Amino acid sequence: MKLVTAVIKPFKLEDVKDAVEGVGIEGLTVSEASGHGRQHGHTEVYRGAEYTVDLVPKVRVEVLVADDQVDAVVDAIVKAAKTGQIGDGKVWVTSVEEVVRVRTGERGQEAL
Amino acid sequence: MSSQFVGVATISAGDTAWVLMCAALVLLMTPALALFYGGMVRAKNVLNMIMMSFISMGIVTMIWVLYGFSLTFGTDTGWGVIGGFKYLGLEGTLDAVVGPEGSRIPMLAFSVFQLTFAILTAALLSGAIADRVKFRGWIALVALWSTFVYFPIAHWAFFFDSGQGGWIADRLQALDFAGGTAVEINSGASALALALVVGKRIGWRRDPMRPHSLPLVLLGAGLLWFGWFGFNAGSALAAGQLTATVFMNTQVATATAALAWILVERIRDGKPTTLGVASGAVAGAVAITPACGYVTPLGAMAIGLAGGAICSLAVGLKYRFGYDDSLDVVGVHGVGGLVGMIGIGFLATVSVNGAGANGLFYGGGGGLLGRQLIASGVTLAYAFTVTTVIALIVEKTIGLRATPEHEYAGLDISEHAESAYDFTGTSVASFAGVGHGGFGHAGLSGSGTLTSPPSTEGNP
Repeated sequence: MKLVTAVIKPFKLEDVKDAVEGVGIEGLTVSEASGHGRQHGHTEVYRGAEYTVDLVPKVRVEVLVADDQVDAVVDAIVKAAKTGQIGDGKVWVTSVEEVVRVRTGERGQEAL
Repeated sequence: MSSQFVGVATISAGDTAWVLMCAALVLLMTPALALFYGGMVRAKNVLNMIMMSFISMGIVTMIWVLYGFSLTFGTDTGWGVIGGFKYLGLEGTLDAVVGPEGSRIPMLAFSVFQLTFAILTAALLSGAIADRVKFRGWIALVALWSTFVYFPIAHWAFFFDSGQGGWIADRLQALDFAGGTAVEINSGASALALALVVGKRIGWRRDPMRPHSLPLVLLGAGLLWFGWFGFNAGSALAAGQLTATVFMNTQVATATAALAWILVERIRDGKPTTLGVASGAVAGAVAITPACGYVTPLGAMAIGLAGGAICSLAVGLKYRFGYDDSLDVVGVHGVGGLVGMIGIGFLATVSVNGAGANGLFYGGGGGLLGRQLIASGVTLAYAFTVTTVIALIVEKTIGLRATPEHEYAGLDISEHAESAYDFTGTSVASFAGVGHGGFGHAGLSGSGTLTSPPSTEGNP
């Protein structure tokens, strides 16, 4: 079992959700994040004083995935999140040791 | 004849209604100021900022009734320096009337109108010491400062008594229609004193301290603009020809100053900002405050343009000189008040107000300008000096400055055990682009770096 984490541009969330559902995944977790890679922030000015804001709003999407679906999910997310502009984000995969469905107590693959 | 009979027979209903209405308008300016300032500070301090204005409404009202009105408008004790104890507890005011024949209003109408000025001026000071003052210390400051700084200067500037009144208004006869000295220069100079005694915020010029809610700032500015008609036009103490001129002058100066400020921004910083348009409007209203009853609308336009432009540059002085006047009370109210008081020396004309005088451009020579400078200078010196003394006394006794721990955590928590905003739950994508402070925690109050304050040799 794997956790696929994607940090994406906020306005791409709907596309990514649709893409993940399109590959047959039925759940995901979304949270707000801030960050930057090689993308610069922007400048704001208040009564003549300049501020550089270097953390940019992002959205984090996390999906629990069976091993045989990881590639499909990653590809779907990348394709949906891409704009071609700097700041598109990253997707990464980590191993998960245990998953439990709270309502039923199912563990492992059945809990995905 | 009993005074009651005289009162009822000669009160002008229209003028009374107008003054009472204006008192309400000016009182609105204090919550408006609370929002204007509140939006400019970080989210963790917004409630404390608002509270400093609201508590002024409470405390100043009480001391005004007990002795403030008496000290300000009681019969002068000599040389136009301070009033006496004639009206302690507002005794003797219930049936009294003030004003010239044909335009008489109840003394209490005049008193409550003036009270709203006292409340607002004390509240103005809070902008200079944002984010770092203990509430207990602020309360002591409001009470002492009102007593020893505001009431005397208001006596000087507002009390007419056939030549036996306050020395600025009635003896020197400088011109100050609605409080360029008592409210604006006074608050500016006092704010500077406070900023110096209290010291800079931790992390000033290094950490981001951006306005957390510009919509609040704009709302506050709009309500201030509205209320200022009461402040200036109400100072005519009557509803007549001059009142209309004052009203128009107020609108003209406020509007043109807003334009001037954002024009400076556009040239200097690249973009006109909402904070700029709000600040410019306030600067213009400040500048016209002393002059509104003595200049033509074109004169008001000149004062507005000058006030907006000069103040937009003056707010950079704090970086150049290294004092943390957090919300620019000095740069807007102090400097704006000076622009207006000095502008009178050039632009005043008796064709607008026969009770005024002619400035330099209207054949009056330099006499009026000289009087304006004296009134401004003495106000500035007195306010700065006495406020410094008061602030030092409070700092050494009750304590003014909050502890660093409280300053980091935010004064809303430490002083009031409250949080302003409760954003629980994750926003959907449509909100994620809004800003960096949307987490609502005390710690994540900004994610930028102050890279260049306006001074050219800026080291952050």
